[in-house]
Amino acid sequence: MNLEDIKPDVVHDVVGTFCPVPIAETSKVMKSMKIGEVLELIADDPGVVEDIPAWCNATGQEFLGMYQEDGEYHLFVKKVKEL
Amino acid sequence: MNKRAVALLSGGLDSSLAVHLLKDQGVEIKALYFYTGFCITEQKRRLGLKKENGQQYVNPAIRAAAQLQIPIEVVDISQEYFNVILHPKYGYGKNVNPCVDCRILMLKKAKDIMEREGYSFVITGEVLGQRPMSQTREKLKLIEREAGLEGYVVRPLSAKLLPMTVPEKLGWIDREKLLSIKGRSRSRQMELAKKYGLEYEQPAGGCCYLTDENYAIKFKESLAVDGLITREDLVLFSVGRHLRLPSKTKLIVARNEGEAKFLMTLKHRYDYAYRKDGKGTFVLIKGDMPEEEYQLVADIVSRYSKREPCYVILSIKGEQREIWAQPIDNASLDSFKIYTKKGAMR
Repeated sequence: MNLEDIKPDVVHDVVGTFCPVPIAETSKVMKSMKIGEVLELIADDPGVVEDIPAWCNATGQEFLGMYQEDGEYHLFVKKVKEL
Repeated sequence: MNKRAVALLSGGLDSSLAVHLLKDQGVEIKALYFYTGFCITEQKRRLGLKKENGQQYVNPAIRAAAQLQIPIEVVDISQEYFNVILHPKYGYGKNVNPCVDCRILMLKKAKDIMEREGYSFVITGEVLGQRPMSQTREKLKLIEREAGLEGYVVRPLSAKLLPMTVPEKLGWIDREKLLSIKGRSRSRQMELAKKYGLEYEQPAGGCCYLTDENYAIKFKESLAVDGLITREDLVLFSVGRHLRLPSKTKLIVARNEGEAKFLMTLKHRYDYAYRKDGKGTFVLIKGDMPEEEYQLVADIVSRYSKREPCYVILSIKGEQREIWAQPIDNASLDSFKIYTKKGAMR
């Protein structure tokens, strides 16, 4: 899937926070989302590049991919099961 | 449905092993990781620090959950934790670690999640006698009672040395397969981790910097001198060298580029000083500094900026001044250090 084609249902900006806050925020936001919806997380903690895929792996959510722009990371996660 | 539990997972050896043992018994487990605001990984990333091999510091709990293939929830308790650290009912450990109160708070939160989401008990990696403050038989009992979880906290590593829990009594889990580890040695745990192929974070002690001695010294000094500690102070205690001037003004001197970058983000709220040509440190100034200390601050900046005479810029209440400075001598500098070389607190 091309990342540019993804239309996120929720965009959440956690720029300025560091691990584990981006994960806590992802978890919180995704709880309120419906199955099938996509979250775009914007962060500048470079650690999210490893943390978010690991979190998706542990919790069974689908990591769609990410790109970096102007020192910020845009990560896409699809909710595939309840949290 | 009773074989469902929440586990307190730090990602260290003990909690990873505890989860593994009960997962092996067919228990469906959800890991909880509590964010207190005193996370070493968070602080290292905030300061832009990396491991010696150039890799990022990774949150050990998230890595462990992925390895154990169990869902993990990061629970933010930093707001409530702030009160706990300033007013711990059961006091501090060796440093400013309010371990008993911290465990109670985490178990209370675990209980809420357990009840709300239909889990039946709580798993922890606690080991009897491993930590003098919070892991004696009496303390384990007290923590459990205060959290309202009497009989519902399973500690697989020491279970056979502790009273039988409800999940054991009701046959949800098999007590015979649990362990009887006690004390500070970790050799048994390391052996088991090897056997099960578990990777874990080292050294032990988790991700909490409240157990750090230098942190505790800055915390206690500030409480004694300022009488007030803010949430921002709690972060600042983990950054830079801290000096206290005769006027009680505090200087926080960046020790590296990461710290300098972080302290600069607070420029809009504090006075500050730096070497004019940029070849040196950055100093945050906390408190109302009298004019007679301007030269002193400039000399301190010069001392920590290649120990060379130089021009220093002082920004006081938004107004910039340029001061010619000479590096301050070591004896004078030592008298301002909150933590002296002898290790004694001033």
